[in-house]
Amino acid sequence: MRNQLNLGGNHALLTKANPLAKFVAVFLISLVLALSIDWVSASTAIVAELALFPLAGLTLRLLWQRAWPLIIAAAIGGWSTAIVAADSGAVLLDVGLWSISEGSLELGLGFMLRGLAIALPAILLMTCTDPTDLADALAQKAKLPHRFVLGSLAAMRLVGLMAEEWQTIGMARRARGVGSQGNPFQRLKATLGQSFGLLVQAVRRASRLAVTMEARGFGGGRRTWARESTYSLLDAWVVLGGLLIAAGAVLTAVGAGTWSFVWR
Amino acid sequence: MPSTTSGTVRPAAISAEGWGWRHAGRVQPAIQGLDLRIEPGERVLLLGPSGAGKSTLLHALAGVLGDEEDDSDETGSLLIDGATPREQRGRAGLMQQDPETQVVLSRVGDDVAFGAENLAVPRDEIWARVHEALDDVGLRTAAGGGLALDHPTAALSGGQKQRLALAGILAMRPGLILLDEPTANLDPAGVLEVRDAVNRCLDKTGATLVVVEHRVSVWKDVVDRIVVLQPGSAGAGSGTGPGTGVLLDGPPDKVLSEARSMLMAAGVWVPGYVPATRGRSNETPAAQLLLAAQDLSVSREKPRRKGFKTIPPIPVQTGISAQVRAGQALTITGPNGAGKSTFALTLAGLLAPVDGKVSAAVELSEGAGIDPFRWKADQLISRIGTVFQEPEHQFVTGKVLDELMFGPKHLGHGGERVDELLERLRLTHLVDANPYTLSGGEKRRLSVATVLAAHPKILVLDEPTFGQDANTWAELASFLSELLDAGTAVVSVTHDQEFSAVLGGTELRLDPANRAQPDRQEAGAV
Repeated sequence: MRNQLNLGGNHALLTKANPLAKFVAVFLISLVLALSIDWVSASTAIVAELALFPLAGLTLRLLWQRAWPLIIAAAIGGWSTAIVAADSGAVLLDVGLWSISEGSLELGLGFMLRGLAIALPAILLMTCTDPTDLADALAQKAKLPHRFVLGSLAAMRLVGLMAEEWQTIGMARRARGVGSQGNPFQRLKATLGQSFGLLVQAVRRASRLAVTMEARGFGGGRRTWARESTYSLLDAWVVLGGLLIAAGAVLTAVGAGTWSFVWR
Repeated sequence: MPSTTSGTVRPAAISAEGWGWRHAGRVQPAIQGLDLRIEPGERVLLLGPSGAGKSTLLHALAGVLGDEEDDSDETGSLLIDGATPREQRGRAGLMQQDPETQVVLSRVGDDVAFGAENLAVPRDEIWARVHEALDDVGLRTAAGGGLALDHPTAALSGGQKQRLALAGILAMRPGLILLDEPTANLDPAGVLEVRDAVNRCLDKTGATLVVVEHRVSVWKDVVDRIVVLQPGSAGAGSGTGPGTGVLLDGPPDKVLSEARSMLMAAGVWVPGYVPATRGRSNETPAAQLLLAAQDLSVSREKPRRKGFKTIPPIPVQTGISAQVRAGQALTITGPNGAGKSTFALTLAGLLAPVDGKVSAAVELSEGAGIDPFRWKADQLISRIGTVFQEPEHQFVTGKVLDELMFGPKHLGHGGERVDELLERLRLTHLVDANPYTLSGGEKRRLSVATVLAAHPKILVLDEPTFGQDANTWAELASFLSELLDAGTAVVSVTHDQEFSAVLGGTELRLDPANRAQPDRQEAGAV
């Protein structure tokens, strides 16, 4: 968990791009894909995104390891859309209450592909972006207040610590006779107690960290940045790439005649 | 590149005149009527009983105490170089006890740069300072870890984290370095690492030092002056020492010889002092076997799911075998990272073994089954009691008495033993207090008492003497030796040789050397 907060040896090309540029590209793709519910635009985007995997240092195996709940959720979402949506076209399967028709299957497929197409860029972004670099870009380039950005960054480090602490508190409480067995009410009570213990520790740690940061002069007005967040030619390509994928998705769908705005 | 800017440190002078501070929401001031002058470049060890306001003074000097808005209360004056600490950000650098919260950012270089950035130091100058500071604290030598600037801070040991914090402080070029029990959470090797790094840096920069620490012997040769504060609110006006609020003040040897017995009575670890403890009286070698570990591999992590596959965790230690016998002590020693605590927790039925097994003898299990990890929580506590390193992790109620009654109540019997434990561990006057508000020593005694209230046959303790003053230490050691004589088995994870000498029994040493590393690549990829 704590190791996931840095790139862990990923040196792919896109790790060198400015996080803000990557953010803009992801935003462009997601925006366009959120406009339509057809399967052509989503498939186009997915193909383009898959082609970007090596540039971000992502492999299909890593993707499955990290995002399998999401992939399964997209599949289930697509399947339920297919069986529940109103029928149109030839009915392919009819089991009483549930039926799958050509129309509903297409809708379900579109739904599933769309979920994946929107999730993939975000996963790509996370794979090739170091949180510290993201914070630098947000504070220096997007001009968000540095107190807020750096405070969140420091707090994020504590989140991993809290995951370990949760486990320790769980064991410590079992050693006191608070078990996670019994009826649901008892379990809920045990979990609430453990959460309270974690909360106390989280507050202690957070206030000590705040003292550490303040003692290092944090919170003053002017500050300098040891790491300069810069734009390079690569960032222009990243934004252009995002734009191309977004435009490509729209054009292929319009060309194929499947484009349909969600609100229609 | 180094040493281009090292000449810029100007040692700070401290003057307190009738200074006092009351924290918001408290009736009594944490410290009051303090008169103290510290000259530039002096190195001062600050001693005093708990509650004398040592940490409060350090926080005030670091400029991190309270705010104008809240209802805390300041009296008198406390100045660094004639100005209030709050007005001079970066003039003083503070290191606290908990290494985890001394690290701010996730890469070594960035963390050292953080303070200098906040002081608006120009970028080129920051990196020059970062390199120099990392060299000065010895984190870049091969022996010190040879860390690169992008080394993840999460992967550092406690001693390395504290040295990193020192580097972050040095990069601010402070004239005053404040250390608040900087080594209380470290193993012996880590303590020396940090102490020596501090010493080197002071020799180089000439900065003023104020350090708070119970273990005098660690700092005795670094400091040139010891100041003993008076206990708490009794401070003002009594004026027996050189100034009010100060009990004793002078060169280390003089203070230590004049006040030796007084400091010992206050629980300070004076050099060469091992508190008197009760010895073992009936160590029986062939006692009843209660619990055995066989070829055990241990890890804190659970098997992980990766897609449809289940990956067993990488053990931190493998091939451990040990036996726990009634009335005998088993001490687990070894450097940090060797899996000592993890082994103890696995032995105690709190973690599932990765490989090998823990088996309870019939005399211990009494029908609950052979594997302690499968026991229900209430079956466990009446057989094996575990005291965690951090007492607060184990508090489950809001009152000391409830805390003690919790185990017995769950087991369905009365608290016959509770009164005895209260008496024996000097907690009787605290029965109505909230456990979280107790002092460090009281929390430790309470956590031992609560676990013993369930009457386990085996007691497992993780670093029970960490950060404890000499009085609590002696009480704990004597109490455990009594328990052992009465037939309880005691398993303890400890670095404390004097402590294991009192308990006797066998020692199990774990070294990180025989760490198994299967699937390293696999694990590193995630």
